Amino acid sequence: MNFLQIISNTLAQILAPATLGYVLAAIGLSVHFGFAGLLNMGVAGFMAIGAYGFAISILTFGLPWPLAALIGLAAAVVFALIMGIPTLRLRGDYLAIVTIAAAEVLRLLFLTSTFRPVTGSADGLSGFQAGFRASNPLPPGKWGWGPWTYQSDQWWVIIVGVITIAIAVLLVWALMRSPWGRVIRGIREDEDAVGSLGKNVFAFKMQALVVGGIIIAAGGIITAMGTNVNPNVYVTSQTFYVWTALLLGGAATIFGPVLGAVLFWMVRAFLSNLLPALVSIGWLPFLTPEQSQMLVFVLVGAALMLLVIFRPQGILGSKKELTFVR
Amino acid sequence: MSADVAPPAPRPKSTGLHTGEIRPGVAKVDPIIVVDGVRRVFGGLTAVDVDHLEIPRNAITALIGPNGAGKTTLFNLLTGFDKPNAGTWSFDGRSLAGIPAYKTARMGQVRTFQLTKSLGLLTVLENMKLGAPKQAGERIGASILPFLWRKQEAEIEVKARELLARFKLDTKEKDFAASLSGGQRKLLEMARALMSDPTLVMLDEPMAGVNPALTQSLLDHILDLKDLGMTVVFVEHDMHMVRHIADWVVVMAEGRIVAEGPPDTVMREQAVIDAYLGAHQDVDLGVVTGRVAGELTPEGEALAEEAREIDAAIEADAAATETEDGK
Repeated sequence: MNFLQIISNTLAQILAPATLGYVLAAIGLSVHFGFAGLLNMGVAGFMAIGAYGFAISILTFGLPWPLAALIGLAAAVVFALIMGIPTLRLRGDYLAIVTIAAAEVLRLLFLTSTFRPVTGSADGLSGFQAGFRASNPLPPGKWGWGPWTYQSDQWWVIIVGVITIAIAVLLVWALMRSPWGRVIRGIREDEDAVGSLGKNVFAFKMQALVVGGIIIAAGGIITAMGTNVNPNVYVTSQTFYVWTALLLGGAATIFGPVLGAVLFWMVRAFLSNLLPALVSIGWLPFLTPEQSQMLVFVLVGAALMLLVIFRPQGILGSKKELTFVR
Repeated sequence: MSADVAPPAPRPKSTGLHTGEIRPGVAKVDPIIVVDGVRRVFGGLTAVDVDHLEIPRNAITALIGPNGAGKTTLFNLLTGFDKPNAGTWSFDGRSLAGIPAYKTARMGQVRTFQLTKSLGLLTVLENMKLGAPKQAGERIGASILPFLWRKQEAEIEVKARELLARFKLDTKEKDFAASLSGGQRKLLEMARALMSDPTLVMLDEPMAGVNPALTQSLLDHILDLKDLGMTVVFVEHDMHMVRHIADWVVVMAEGRIVAEGPPDTVMREQAVIDAYLGAHQDVDLGVVTGRVAGELTPEGEALAEEAREIDAAIEADAAATETEDGK
């Protein structure tokens, strides 16, 4: 067993495009759930619509990549409006049901062979990164330090991703310290009370849904820049991974989702490297290497449960808040 | 309970609020709320059925009635939290039909809730600031540009601190609202409602669950509101409180207005005694049931006699079923 290789793989995960995409998705979800109290169970749908909006704009319409990214974000706004208008007047649980269903509907639309020329059906979409890579100002070749050695194109994704994360964190911080953020947090506590103070609760919830949706879709776009777009990625379990990442870091904090998503991917990479290695040296005789990969997901599920039971405020959430959780 | 609390320093009551003979639905000299034919039906149950009601301006109106009389439902209808099945109602001459709750609040009509709705994980000061209307920083575009709202925010903060001091919550401003006691939350909710300088304050059971000393200061605050030119409508069960501070009392029973008038007059009315105070309010039920030794008034004797008759009837019934079973 090469323990150094396992550690290196784990550390490399910190800057992987998938991690950066999850960081953005978790930040967006923190706006939805952590601050506004909106139970969005359709995170994968928002990521999918960002990624597909980006890829389709380039492949089908031949647009330059920055414009394509904007279209991906705009598609998320439309998606948020379509889901929000019927459900945000109702109580929170309805949004959860509608979002989980809408995300599935969206995935099946991308999967159906009817739209194969545009969506690529089960094969997904690939080969749309050419324009993005052409804009890469970095020197070519493979470079970096230690575990963080990547191809030039990957570095370009990482830089764009980190800048996007920085913008998203700044935006959420600026929003949440403002009077707007105060109303949003008030709605999380009791929307009737906020309504009785003359605030249009529906409009505020819609704004929160749209802002969070845009950030989640940006996560989808960053992921798509690094890899291909495939409908089998945007399944419901992806939504729950993002939830795990968010709850791990702390739902109602600014840096919680960033920390949570990075930790989530590191632990996941660590386990999916470690468990097969343990099987191969015979420490887990009851498992095959394939089964040990599945065990990783079992452990993620168990971790989510333990987290919600024993530390619902997350790593960065304040203990003081927990005292008053109803 | 709060019956042994000393009444607040007597202040003159508003009189001459009505025109014409006192009866349910009497016209007021200067009504702020006019309700006409408002009905709210939940399935087969008619929760509210008010033919005509006017609430006098710059006075304290108490809405009383037994549980299930429709007081809170009427409150919800007036504040836009619920929609009636029929009827018209207006506030300050403007019709409120189809107006959502947040817009009635912007018109200057704020309310509190029977089950206090303080925003637990916001601090006391944040709760207060949330009450301020027309905040530039609440528009999402302006919110990320602090220079657009910093000045207003500072003004709001000064006002919030003044109100907190008035309600003796100023030492708690950094605490989460969730850490306050039930009575302090009632105070906070009332103070928060005042942040918008309302013209009409609607309080749903402001004294419920509040200890006697705090009740006293709450009553003073309510009287202060009137002195500041506001109109107050409140729902309350404690008759002593109602008598002390209300200028006008509206009595509801089974969704209807059964009586209204100045407190001293209205509480002597038979309809009110029957509907709310109970026909036998002076009778000690402990004595009637024979659990407590004591003297009974003639009225009490009659009640005790009635109770004995019912007892006898039940026993006779039970005996009859027993013999039937025995066959």
